Amino acid sequence: MDPIRDKILKRSKESNQDVIGKILSYAAIILILAVVVSIFAFVFAKGIATFTENHASLKDFLTGTDWNPNVKGEDGKPLVGALPMIVGSFAVTLLAALFATPFAIGTALYMTELSSSKGRAFMQSVVELLVGIPSVVYGFIGLTVVVPFVRSHFGGSGYGILSGAFVLFVMVLPTITSMTVDSLKAVPKHYKSASLALGATEWQTIWRVILRAALPGIMTAVVFGMARAFGEALAVQMVIGNASLLPTSLTNPASTLTSVLTMGIGNTVMGTVANNALWSLALVLLLMSLFFNILVRMISRKGRM
Amino acid sequence: MNEIITTKDVHLYYGKKEALKGITLDFPQGGIHALIGPSGCGKSTYLRCLNRMNDMIENVKITGDIRLDGNDIYSPQTDTVTLRKRVGMVFQQPNPFPFSIYENIVYGLRIAGIKDKEVLDERVETSLKQAAIWDEVKDDLKKSAMALSGGQQQRICIARVLAVRPEVILLDEPTSALDPVSSSLIEEMLLKLKEEYTCIIVTHNMQQASRISDTTSFFLNGELIETGLTKKIFVTPDNKKTDDYLSGRFG
Repeated sequence: MDPIRDKILKRSKESNQDVIGKILSYAAIILILAVVVSIFAFVFAKGIATFTENHASLKDFLTGTDWNPNVKGEDGKPLVGALPMIVGSFAVTLLAALFATPFAIGTALYMTELSSSKGRAFMQSVVELLVGIPSVVYGFIGLTVVVPFVRSHFGGSGYGILSGAFVLFVMVLPTITSMTVDSLKAVPKHYKSASLALGATEWQTIWRVILRAALPGIMTAVVFGMARAFGEALAVQMVIGNASLLPTSLTNPASTLTSVLTMGIGNTVMGTVANNALWSLALVLLLMSLFFNILVRMISRKGRM
Repeated sequence: MNEIITTKDVHLYYGKKEALKGITLDFPQGGIHALIGPSGCGKSTYLRCLNRMNDMIENVKITGDIRLDGNDIYSPQTDTVTLRKRVGMVFQQPNPFPFSIYENIVYGLRIAGIKDKEVLDERVETSLKQAAIWDEVKDDLKKSAMALSGGQQQRICIARVLAVRPEVILLDEPTSALDPVSSSLIEEMLLKLKEEYTCIIVTHNMQQASRISDTTSFFLNGELIETGLTKKIFVTPDNKKTDDYLSGRFG
């Protein structure tokens, strides 16, 4: 055969590499997808067992306040009222985000607009350091510093939602700060020039243009921070008091979905009501993180308009 | 003639590098004044000295004397906020804020504390009319300015500057990012504006300078080579370098 024709028709080494690369990356994607799907399927299957096998009602689960899965109530159904934990989780999350957001925005503005490059590098490493501290250390500090502080300044035993929120405040601060920094950095420089050239002060420029342009990004940052706070288990469990009661004040012992899970998972036997009920809590957590994810997508889609 | 801006022996250093080497140049009130020269000759840098936009850049040192109506704009008493309200600026890239057209135009007024809706509405209409874009946008003032074409955006930016009623408008290559039709619209608009405002325009485009400007100043390597009436500069320049540049022998 004609050698040139032969050469053209034969696959080159480079195109073979192309095919191999594609196969490798598809394999990685499929593996990860499979892991995610099976986690969802597993938690889902386990989580609904409380309702299908143990015949607890979904309404009791979401609105009931008695959490004692080993005991059956008057109607013969297990007591799996998860409302105290759901309320507890939302309370610590919202409070932590409420405390952390102003500080995070302030720090991020300092880092992007006000500081010298030295100050920026210093704050950057402070923020990164906060991320690196293990949550058990946060919990321990919370136990020895925050709990006594809350007890002497706000009353109560010191254990409760307020202490949990204070600890989470420090834990979500770096998440919100670094993502806010990113969104502030993404604001085009020429907005600032245009604003200053119109006779705006630095502060007016930050307030009216830069923060406004970065708003979708900042909201995304806050939601990510909330997702982190919602899922945090160990540190919260150490300071919240772990009483499955509907919280009546911020300084009474309470519990969150995660704290009940970490406390209970070692003390229950697979397949029992108590164990299944914990899986139901895990399912709620999973659905919430899915919800936070969707929220982030909606915000960024709106921001792009 | 009345000089509105006078500059004497202006030197500007970026760190150690001397970008402006002693510029002495005056601008009479009214009219269009073009600054021309090849890239990197210092004409934009010089322009940004006139409303102190170089203050934003780190490591910049400026010496010399720059006066607006006889007042030293680099004296410690000068408030950059007031200065920039009197000396507005239009940039090379159209840079509207990601707000509605209306909010873009009233931005300078809002930061100055004007809240009266009637005043704001009136300024929006006059400024957009002056910037020759009223007819195109009057029905959707609430629409985002980012949705407009580049040429429209640039006219919005000019209207935004006009709304503040400055005395001097600095234009840094305002048409170099635009198509020829948009450019000629802006040129026509400037010819009308020059009755009321002093326009100082940096341009790469020598035809543009010759079409619209009253005076032209030629910059080269951080020095002012020649300045004078545009007709004179383009037809009978005194300096050989000006002649070479205008006839396309370099640059």
